Amino acid sequence: MPKLEEKPRIFLEEFRLKNAPEDYGMADEKWSFKKFVKKFRIVIVRMNSEEMEFDLIGIQPAFANAFRRLMLSEVPSMAIEKVMIKNNTSIIQDEVLAHRLGLIPLKADPRLFEYRPEDATEGTEFNTLEFSLKVKCTNNKSQPKDSYRAEDLYENHSVYSSQIKWQPLGNQASIHKESDIGPVHGKILISKMRPGHELDLHLVAIKGIGKDHAKFSPVATASYRLLPDVTLTREVRGSEASLLQSCFSPGVINLDSEGRAYVQDARYDTCSRNVYRYDEIKDAVILSRIRDHFIFNVESVGAMPPEVIFVEAVKILKNKCKSFLDELNKFC
Amino acid sequence: MKISELPGDEDSGPTCRTYVFQNESHTLGNALKCIINRYEDVDFCGYTVPHPAEAKMLFRIQTKETPALDILKRGLKDLEKVCDHTIDVFEKEVKEFNKGYNLFY
Repeated sequence: MPKLEEKPRIFLEEFRLKNAPEDYGMADEKWSFKKFVKKFRIVIVRMNSEEMEFDLIGIQPAFANAFRRLMLSEVPSMAIEKVMIKNNTSIIQDEVLAHRLGLIPLKADPRLFEYRPEDATEGTEFNTLEFSLKVKCTNNKSQPKDSYRAEDLYENHSVYSSQIKWQPLGNQASIHKESDIGPVHGKILISKMRPGHELDLHLVAIKGIGKDHAKFSPVATASYRLLPDVTLTREVRGSEASLLQSCFSPGVINLDSEGRAYVQDARYDTCSRNVYRYDEIKDAVILSRIRDHFIFNVESVGAMPPEVIFVEAVKILKNKCKSFLDELNKFC
Repeated sequence: MKISELPGDEDSGPTCRTYVFQNESHTLGNALKCIINRYEDVDFCGYTVPHPAEAKMLFRIQTKETPALDILKRGLKDLEKVCDHTIDVFEKEVKEFNKGYNLFY
């Protein structure tokens, strides 16, 4: 039988989750920073400008969860907060329209802006971005004959996010490039109109955090899961092997040239525990998860690349500690 | 004032204290508790967010001898060190990853 004891595990049994014996949830050991440094590792598995997958190994669940929570609700980003409606004769109501506009992700890098003070009535070039959206729907004079499609009959019948125009404040035009400011995606449908309908809006975007409103969250998702592990305890071959294979996600179990099943890569297993439905093979596997191996998935909304979002999150936690320490040192 | 101290009772002295963190929640509370709970001298450490609509977190420390305030300071310092180390390792790994990426493309 293979050895399973080196890593802290939680076993996925048929009807229960079982901790490894002698494992009291990693809460018993004394805190030592040196030990943490020795055990802690990060492995980046996948990374591009929008999405990344990385492993935090040898870390407490409390820290992993703190980083996740920080990415979701305390890392800032820019979003439209106020919409001045000068004219809206379209079907969509003012408040619904304003809400839709608020949810449009903006490319502007929040690190280059300040928070707007709560009592401020006017924004400055350092804490505010202003946009305008002015669209009027008309009949298309050069419409092709016999076409009844709305996009042929009318001009501007769909309003897209690409029609939002940036209005630089003060010196902004020389600091930021126009291509770095506007909506992340140009093809977000805002409203549909018919001839005579008109939108004339003034949009004000500020910096905020996800705690205040989800539109300020810089990530589409930030989540973690524990690394799954599958161990075979005996030889499985023939039809049993293919049955075993079908119980797991594709790529987890593979068959060798003699039809014997082996574990190829358990990382992307869903841990469905389907094997336990079949009496003939349920004794052949041990399913478990590694309790200090966190697989993070961070998907950026588009303003900042995911690796920057993670670093920002950790920095926020660090600054929290720092400011509380300063304050404690002051009053005691 | 972002942090304040609730008065302790007369029997326990400075070793038992509850601190009130304004505008904090489980994010800081749980991470800090996780560290402080593992200290040698600590009898009890726990935190609570008394009401979801109130943005505050109560943090309780009970020790045998060390003043609770020292423990709290040490906890915050250790958490800060953990963050520093995480950033260092992460940035190093990102650099390594990008190096390898450039080799392929």
